[in-house]
Amino acid sequence: MKALVPVKRVIDYNVKPRVKADGSGVDLSNVKMSMNPFDEIAVEEAIRLKEAGKVEEIIAVSVGPAKAQETLRTALAMGADSAILIETDAEVEPLAVAKILKAVAAEVEPGIVILGKQAIDDDSNQTGQMLAALMDLPQGTFASKVEIDGDSVNVTREVDGGLETVKLTLPAIVTTDLRLNEPRYASLPNIMKAKKKPLDMKSPADYGVDIAPRLKTTNVSEPPVRQAGVKVADVDELVAKLKAMGVA
Amino acid sequence: MKTLVWVEHDNSNMADATLAAVTAASKLGEVHLLVAGSGCRAVAEQAAAVAGVGKVHLADDAAYAHALAENVAPLVVNLMGHHDAFVCPATTTGKNVAPRVAALLDVMQISDILSVEGEKTFTRPIYAGNAIATVESTDAKLVVTVRGTAFDKAEATGGSAAIEDVASTGDAGKSSFVGAEIAKSERPELTSAKIIVSGGRALKDSETFESVIMPLADKLGAGVGASRAAVDAGYVPNDYQVGQTGKIVAPEVYIAIGISGAIQHLAGMKDSKTIIAINKDEDAPIFQVADIGLVADLYKVVPELTEKL
Repeated sequence: MKALVPVKRVIDYNVKPRVKADGSGVDLSNVKMSMNPFDEIAVEEAIRLKEAGKVEEIIAVSVGPAKAQETLRTALAMGADSAILIETDAEVEPLAVAKILKAVAAEVEPGIVILGKQAIDDDSNQTGQMLAALMDLPQGTFASKVEIDGDSVNVTREVDGGLETVKLTLPAIVTTDLRLNEPRYASLPNIMKAKKKPLDMKSPADYGVDIAPRLKTTNVSEPPVRQAGVKVADVDELVAKLKAMGVA
Repeated sequence: MKTLVWVEHDNSNMADATLAAVTAASKLGEVHLLVAGSGCRAVAEQAAAVAGVGKVHLADDAAYAHALAENVAPLVVNLMGHHDAFVCPATTTGKNVAPRVAALLDVMQISDILSVEGEKTFTRPIYAGNAIATVESTDAKLVVTVRGTAFDKAEATGGSAAIEDVASTGDAGKSSFVGAEIAKSERPELTSAKIIVSGGRALKDSETFESVIMPLADKLGAGVGASRAAVDAGYVPNDYQVGQTGKIVAPEVYIAIGISGAIQHLAGMKDSKTIIAINKDEDAPIFQVADIGLVADLYKVVPELTEKL
């Protein structure tokens, strides 16, 4: 079966975002961009399923600007077989992304779709669940283990109290949590090979999806800044402070 | 506006996260609660006692025992025929269910709200809390998840709402519950603990984490958290993780031990009232947000602190 892996180009996780002075958003000019870390885990999981003989073909897909081709090339260098970019400079909300992905899935007919559980820019944590709803498929979110067994998949999920395992019929939607795997680095030969792998360019209109936003962002501001406090010299001083606060 | 609030529970007890969601919903309008579970009438009775609640919808069916999104989403969608907003605590259950409901309603969800600014306007954190966005929905109905630390908890008693049974939408036949490993602990739960002692990568291994962090936590009656690095390294299980993608906490006192203070960790704890950091690296970013810092070797000072408290 095929695996479809959506990936998003986001601000690199090591970069501290700067809020624009006019409150219109976060300044992304001249900022290092990378593949969303949870999506890297999704790509890696698809590759491992392929290596285990559970998946035959991996298609990476992204919705975003022309530069998201770089993100897709990274997925191809890691081991995806082909890629599709649905190009748009607009900011596309999770609901619209899910609608586009549903249309892509109708063509690709994947047995499993593996997505990152959330993107580290908008922190929405919605796209996978929305895609599952629109496709009327089961969802295994926040996965820390994925085991395909015949026509079903067991997904172990990271939940507030610990871990939970659910069994889903295939096709299914899986979203990745941090500890599912450790993504590989693409080797230089694979980066070279990835340049020759197919990358299709499409637009949201090709899939007939209206991407007009439903939410209006009226302001983006800095959070209240915490001031650094005092340093204490030793444990006795710390104990005195804690006692003064009524702790212990 | 009529709101429908998802009640977080384990079929016996209502979780505290529900109460913060009730407070958020009450800023929008009338508050109805939904208890979906199996053999969960006791939860509905607790829900009915929450102050300010108008009605409790009880959907009691084996299909809802584990809140599988495939089974509960159609139930919520049905109820949303006569409610204007679906309000979920931003727990792993809420995060799993709410977007499925939103997509079925063709609504763009607003995740992890920090405040209610108007009928359809909310603030929410983006970029790991490094920016706060004010967003306004243009959809006919609302679906929001609520950050528990951002809202006061509604009073758990004083209400006397009617409990109304809701017909089950049954089992969607797509998913089933296999099992769970839910940690049992005598310590306070992280999201409601007044004091949290948290350990980082500097703790070296699970034995060291246990021998250094736990005695201090026990002495203080504190919950125990950890940085992503400590969880990734296997010192403690995943449910200890505090951060952007782990638990968001805001206790009275947060004691960070051997935690450098990566952006994604700060995102999960920087709303704590008082932050205390113990780290041997005086340049560690954690000191930029700490109210009280102690630059020292944790192996020396944490046992000493435990003893002297």
